[in-house]
Amino acid sequence: MSFTFDSANLILILPEIAILVLACTVLVVDLYLKEEQKGINHLITVVGLLIAIGITGLVGGGERQVVFDGSYVRDAMSDVLKILILVVSLFAFVYAKDYLRDRNLWVGEYYVLGLCAVLGMSIMVSANNLLVIYLGLELLALCLYAMVAFDRDSTAGAEAAMKYFVLGALGSGMLLYGMSMIYGATGSIELATVARIAAEQGTQNQVLVFGLVFLVIGIGFKFGAVPFHMWVPDVYQGAPTPVALFLSSAPKIAAFALAIRLLVDGLGGLHPDWQGMLIILALLSMGLGNLIAIAQTNLKRMLAYSTISHVGFIFLGLLAGSEQGYAAAMFYAIVYALMAAGAFGLLLIISRAGFDAENLDDLKGLNQRDSWYAAMMALIMFSMAGVPPTVGFMAKLLVLESIVRVDLWWLALIGVFFSIIGAFYYLRVIKLMYFDEPVTDEPLTAGPGARVALSVNGLAMLVLGIFPASLLSICQGAFF
Amino acid sequence: MGFEKVLFYVFAGIAVIAAAMVITRRNPVHAVLYLVLTFVTSAMLWMLLEAEFLAIVLVLVYVGAVMVLFLFVVMMLDIDVAAMRAQFVRYLPLGLLIAVIMLVEIFLVLGPDTFGLEQFAKPEAQPVDYSNTSELGMVLYTVYMYPFEIAAVILLVAIVAAIRLTLRRRPDTKYQDPSQQVRVRKGPDRVRVVKVAAEPRVVPAKAQATPAPSEAEVP
Repeated sequence: MSFTFDSANLILILPEIAILVLACTVLVVDLYLKEEQKGINHLITVVGLLIAIGITGLVGGGERQVVFDGSYVRDAMSDVLKILILVVSLFAFVYAKDYLRDRNLWVGEYYVLGLCAVLGMSIMVSANNLLVIYLGLELLALCLYAMVAFDRDSTAGAEAAMKYFVLGALGSGMLLYGMSMIYGATGSIELATVARIAAEQGTQNQVLVFGLVFLVIGIGFKFGAVPFHMWVPDVYQGAPTPVALFLSSAPKIAAFALAIRLLVDGLGGLHPDWQGMLIILALLSMGLGNLIAIAQTNLKRMLAYSTISHVGFIFLGLLAGSEQGYAAAMFYAIVYALMAAGAFGLLLIISRAGFDAENLDDLKGLNQRDSWYAAMMALIMFSMAGVPPTVGFMAKLLVLESIVRVDLWWLALIGVFFSIIGAFYYLRVIKLMYFDEPVTDEPLTAGPGARVALSVNGLAMLVLGIFPASLLSICQGAFF
Repeated sequence: MGFEKVLFYVFAGIAVIAAAMVITRRNPVHAVLYLVLTFVTSAMLWMLLEAEFLAIVLVLVYVGAVMVLFLFVVMMLDIDVAAMRAQFVRYLPLGLLIAVIMLVEIFLVLGPDTFGLEQFAKPEAQPVDYSNTSELGMVLYTVYMYPFEIAAVILLVAIVAAIRLTLRRRPDTKYQDPSQQVRVRKGPDRVRVVKVAAEPRVVPAKAQATPAPSEAEVP
């Protein structure tokens, strides 16, 4: 067997190499740091992520390239999603700093596990065969399980981690079973070959459709779409808030990449089949997510159900099956990750040593305590509700437009209906912040890093909403 | 029916029975031992498929290392089997129904019509000097290098996560430090003589106050 190793291929995976080197650096440096020097871990992580963003930008661009015997692909979508995953993770680490320091969780392992999760996400984004997709997903999931249980003394955290682990393993098992069926039907794990055979045989091939069902279930589990959503509220509530932030933001972008790679790049030929399945998932997610979120008094649970409803919207874009729909779904996933990071970021900011903000009442009168934070949170909530000047409106509009174009106008109507219901609980948060009296006058102790991050995050909602063209053209560039 | 076929049915039968035993035994230790039996018979099935290396690795790694460790864990844990069985019986009818439906469906899709010998001809047996292990090594470190490296990172994460979640340095834990033990000097470190001031007896009637004995503490 002849095999040639071209070291030029390594240049393409430089972003992944950089993240891995960064994680290992933190792992080793942490051993030599005293308790009061742990801030160096944070510094290394932030600088390293900025370097990784730069490298991804340098390596990226140009034609689609496939290397490592078809294991790895670099295309326009992977460049954009990788950079955004890195940016959102950077936000997550910056927000988490004060919370971790105040709670004796200020250790290097948090950064190591977080960075390995980022590595898993970028592997998934650039995966070009079923094996690499699965390995990337497992790398991400293992890190997240450990991070949910990160606060060892919290029984709620341990319970959440256990639920997440068992259900996540079940989801992974479903996905893997589906992949084995796809392999059985096509004789290949490479997405290009799978796509060719799926296009030739279409729904004639029973095994292919059988495998597809399991793939969709696996994707539904990873997204947290109804009826595979049971883990989402419990995990968000039980996990430490910075972990919930991490969990709800960047992995959603990675899950979008997972869906695109498997359903579009791999099984695009079976679009009529998976469109029907995604319609069911999207309808149930939008309905159940929005309705149950109204009844929540715990803000973390409310955001969990809001995640579920937003996942329904991302599925709407995917199921349209057109380039426009994929670009709209990508736009939505990115915007959602930023919104979720901001909303949980605010929860971290109003928490302080010995007190975890997680109830709606904790937001009461935030305007009187700090009007800037209240304004930023209001922007984020308006964006989640889809109120016009903010980017959330653009994201919803694009998704709805793409499904109207494929004559699913009834689905668009239902989507609008549920997002109006959903607007209630987002606007309630704004009402609590501006029109209620504060229940406490404790000063907000968050550091300057979190303040800058929340300001950038909140203003991005407004700027991207007024000038959506730049991000939109990037998303469209990935598919057209 | 060839000899291989007989072997296949023997091992497959044992594997299925053992797997059923794993989930029905009362005693968790027995369940683990049946799981070991399932692994060994699966290894035999792989051997029949000429996947010798994988079969040996399954026995060495899973049976030899993982399951033995698991056996220790199960023995250490105090599992309330009765409580688990109550749930088991309660959900048994529904579970069985769903299992049977799924089995029939899977058989219809994946039965001999799709994966029979007509669709996929039996591969020729490899020659005697064919080395499964070296072939596997060749593709593992060339074609599948990238996934192989990712698997290595997953193992690293598993180590970091396990240590983070379980290693605790508790200040009240009693433990021996050999380097301190060997540095103990004969005089002041081993025996400490504590002088306690003599106190007058409260009852002065008959006996004289005896001198307070010096207490010896052994660290």
